[in-house]
This record gives sequence, C-alpha cells and structure tokens, in this order.
Amino acid sequence: MTNALALYGRYVAASVRAQMAYPASLAMTTAGSLLGTVIEFIGIWALFQRFGQIGGWRVGEVALFYGLISVTFSIADMTTRGFDVFGSVFVRTGAFDRLLLRPRSPALQLMGYELRLSRLGRLAQGAAVFAIGLAITHEHWSVGAVAILAFAMAGGAALFAGLLILQATLAFWTVESLEAVNILTYGGQTAAQYPLNVYAGWFRNVLIWIVPIGCISYLPMLAAMGRADPLGTPSWLLPLAPAAGFAFLGVALFTWRFGIRHYASSGA
Amino acid sequence: MSEAMRGPRTRSGDGGVAVRAALRPYLAVIAGRFQLTLQYRTAAFAGFITQLWFGVIKVLIFAAFYAGGAARAPMTLGNAIDYVWLGQALLAFLPWNADPDVAEMVRTGAVAYERLRPVDTYAWWYARALAWSVGRVAPRAALMVAFAAVALPLVGLGKWGLGPPASPVAAGLFALSFVGLVLLSAAITLVINIVMTSTLDERGPNLLAAPFVNLLSGLIVPLAFFPDWLRPWLRAQPIAGLADIPFSIYFGALSGLSAAGAIGLQFCWVAVLVVVGRWRLEAAMARLQIQGG
Repeated sequence: MTNALALYGRYVAASVRAQMAYPASLAMTTAGSLLGTVIEFIGIWALFQRFGQIGGWRVGEVALFYGLISVTFSIADMTTRGFDVFGSVFVRTGAFDRLLLRPRSPALQLMGYELRLSRLGRLAQGAAVFAIGLAITHEHWSVGAVAILAFAMAGGAALFAGLLILQATLAFWTVESLEAVNILTYGGQTAAQYPLNVYAGWFRNVLIWIVPIGCISYLPMLAAMGRADPLGTPSWLLPLAPAAGFAFLGVALFTWRFGIRHYASSGA
Repeated sequence: MSEAMRGPRTRSGDGGVAVRAALRPYLAVIAGRFQLTLQYRTAAFAGFITQLWFGVIKVLIFAAFYAGGAARAPMTLGNAIDYVWLGQALLAFLPWNADPDVAEMVRTGAVAYERLRPVDTYAWWYARALAWSVGRVAPRAALMVAFAAVALPLVGLGKWGLGPPASPVAAGLFALSFVGLVLLSAAITLVINIVMTSTLDERGPNLLAAPFVNLLSGLIVPLAFFPDWLRPWLRAQPIAGLADIPFSIYFGALSGLSAAGAIGLQFCWVAVLVVVGRWRLEAAMARLQIQGG
C-alpha cells in the first residue's frame, strides 16, 4: 500500500513536471476551463434574476449545490484521464499489454497516467461559487458539516472515477472510448448543479438509484445545511449517503477485473 | 477535385456558363465535404444521444423554474421548451472551433498549398465550413425533430416536445432566418479560421470561441431572460443570429416588422463578417509563416 502510494506520487510528480514544461499552454487551458464554467454560472444567475427561486431554493443555496458538485467533478476529472482515453490510447494501440507486464495494478498505472492541472480552473470557479453561496446564505457551518462535505467530495470523486472505469471496461469490447458515458459524467454533473427536488420523479430516481449522483451531492448537502429532505429521506441517512459513491466504485472495479480477463490484445 | 480545380480557367462567351464554371470548384467542395461528413454516423448518433440528455435536463429545469414563478418569465414554458429542442437540434451549427482540416493545414504548413489553388481562399474555406456544418447538423437535427416533434406527442408527452411554428407566416420567416443562421455560422467559423491563421495558434481561438458563442447565441439561456436593459444589445450582436433570432421567430416572439428587421440584421452581419473576413484573410495570407518542413 505504501509502495503503491509512493509510486502514485512519482507518477503525479512526473505528470506535473511535464505540464509545467509548457506554461503558456497550461495557463491557456486553465483559463479556458475557468471561462467556460463562469459563463455557465452567468446563465444560472440570469434565470434567478427572473424567477427568484426554484423549488423553494434561492440563488445562494443553489450556489452551494453548484460549488460542491463542481469541485467534486474537477477532482475526479483531474485524476481519471487515463481511464477516459483508455480505449483510444491503450486498447486500440495494444499499449495495454505493457501495463499488464508490469508488476503493479493496471488501475494504479492508469490513475497515474496524467494529473490534469488545467482542471484547476474549474475547481477554482467551483470553490469561488461555493464561497459566494456561503456569503449570501450566511449558513453556519459546524465541524460536522465540513466533515460531511469532505466525505461527499470523496464519495463523489469515487463515483465519477467508477463511471470512467466502467467506460474503460466497455472499451475492452468496443475498442474505442465510448463518449456516450459523457452523458453520465458531464450530464450528471450538470443535473446535480440544482437540488434534486426540483426534478420530475423519474429523473430523481435515475439520479439516486441508477447513477447515485444525488447521494454525493443533494443528500449530504442537506445534512450539512441541517435541513430535512422535502422528499422525506430519513435524516439519519443523509450524511451516510456518499457511501453509495464508494459502493459504485467497488462495483466498477469488479467489472474492470472481469473486463481485463476478457482482454484480447489488438497486437502491436 | 483536380477536374474541379480547372474550373475557373474555363473561358466562354456565354455569361451563364461562365458563372457556373466559376462556381464549380466551390460547389464541388461543398458536395464532397457534405458527403464525407455524413459518413460519421456513429458520431452523429452519439451526438444526438448527448444532446437529447442535456435537452431533457434543460426542459426539467425550466419546468421547475416556471412552477414557482411563471408570471415573471418573458416567454411561456411551451416557448422555452421549443427553444430548448431547436437549440439541441441545431447545436452543431454553433461555431465552437476552427475548421479542423484548416487547423491541421496551419499546424503542418500545408496551408501554403492553399495559395496555389486557382480559387479564392476565402470562398473556398467558406464553402468547406458550410458543407461541414450542414453535414454534421442534418442527421442530428433529423433525429432530434423525430424525437421532440413526433415521438413525444405520439406517447402523449406533446407539451414537453417541440410544437409546430406559431403560424404559416412564422414558418416562412423562420425558413428565411434559418438560411441566415447557416450563412452566419460559416462566416463565424471563418473568423476563427482567420484568427488561427494569423496567430498560428488553434488552441487559443478554440478555447475562447465556445463559451462566448454559447452565451451570446442564447444557447445557455434564451437571451430574453437576461435583464431587460441588456436585451437590445444582446439582440443586436452578430451571434444572436445563430439561435435566438430564428428561434424567437419560430414560436412567434418576433413577428411582422421586428422579425423582418431581425432577419435583415442577420444578413447584414453575414455581409460585414464576409467582407472584413476576406480582407483580413488576404492580409494574413500575404505575410503567412509556414510551419513544418
């Protein structure tokens, strides 16, 4: 375990050094990722200017939901690049053979493929929106609430990583990376920018039971705010919900193992 | 293509034949690129699924906002839903990037060959951009309209789908404005191409274009939802013609003289962008640096 962590640390250091070698490119991609999300939030702001509230939530509260999922998603997006490009970079070319030959877990090696620093732009924007939300709502945060949010972020990063691992697993059969998984990662992220109770029932159920994005954003955020769920989820369950993200990752890793056993090299 | 390239050299006493001969290379590149783009069926289907999913999220969010305060909205929920589906169907018209083939030429230095062709480079690139966008949109739009305007009403969810245009006149005006949209989309792609050719950098223009195009076209939020004092400015800028103007005409928020004025503005912007673009492209080409070797 320590060995694995040390190895991951070296992967990260190498990736960071490689990106630092092109500072202008890094600055530009970071600015681009920041700009895109700032403009997205301008749209949300415009809707609140008109309507004032959505499903009983005001703009400051929605900013907290938005900030939480943005930060969570950026962390996942930064670290899981290897799984994202797995089909086109590793399966199609046969490069996965080399990973299998090394005496370390392939999942670890793919985690270490790249740490995308440009996603710090989105992360900074998410954190800024969260701070704005805090300033507007005057929420009072206890140590417990902060711990719940940290747990939610970890569970969320695990969930998104699980989705990317499922996408990579499918590449064992489809060879190319299936971009349709984007609708669950990017699409789920977009959906979770608003509290779940604003959506129609069938869509809420998808976001809790099938791809449990609600469990790592909406439910723990309610717990951190000290609110009851308008939909009636028992309040003792709210802070525990992010565990669903880790369960999802577990299932994804299980299918990943299954996929590896079925890997037939494309030859190179 | 080699036959097409000989086109403009054709001499003829007959004016009509001469014009046709002069247009031949451009028509050839339009036809060729359109057919090529249509071949990417998996990409088109994946694009349709993605746009469908995001369309559903947008519709649900609008429904939730309207449930709490429909009186304060600048349009009905039905109009907002039409706006969403039109936007999802025609999404690939939004000029987010430089033409990828031109970007490749600039990167490798092959752009120098563009100077050797006996065609007007601006018109040549414009024709390519036009065919590329229409070829990408056609299958996605057909699937999206089939879903939102046919399938949803058939299963009884018509109020969540794309309704018909407000009136026959609105349909006619929309068709006209749609032509403006297509021409404008290619003209803005050319602006990005030209910035890229002048700066020899594709990443910067590509990164900057998408967020601004999304916001100013009305794709993120229909322009009518922005504060009232901003609206005249938002409607007047060129990118409004990529979504907000044609969509508003479709469901009748813009009609009669104001619709005619908006369409006129669309075509004015096309003319301005083409004239300025052609001038700047000539300047960029005159002092072009060739990369690679």
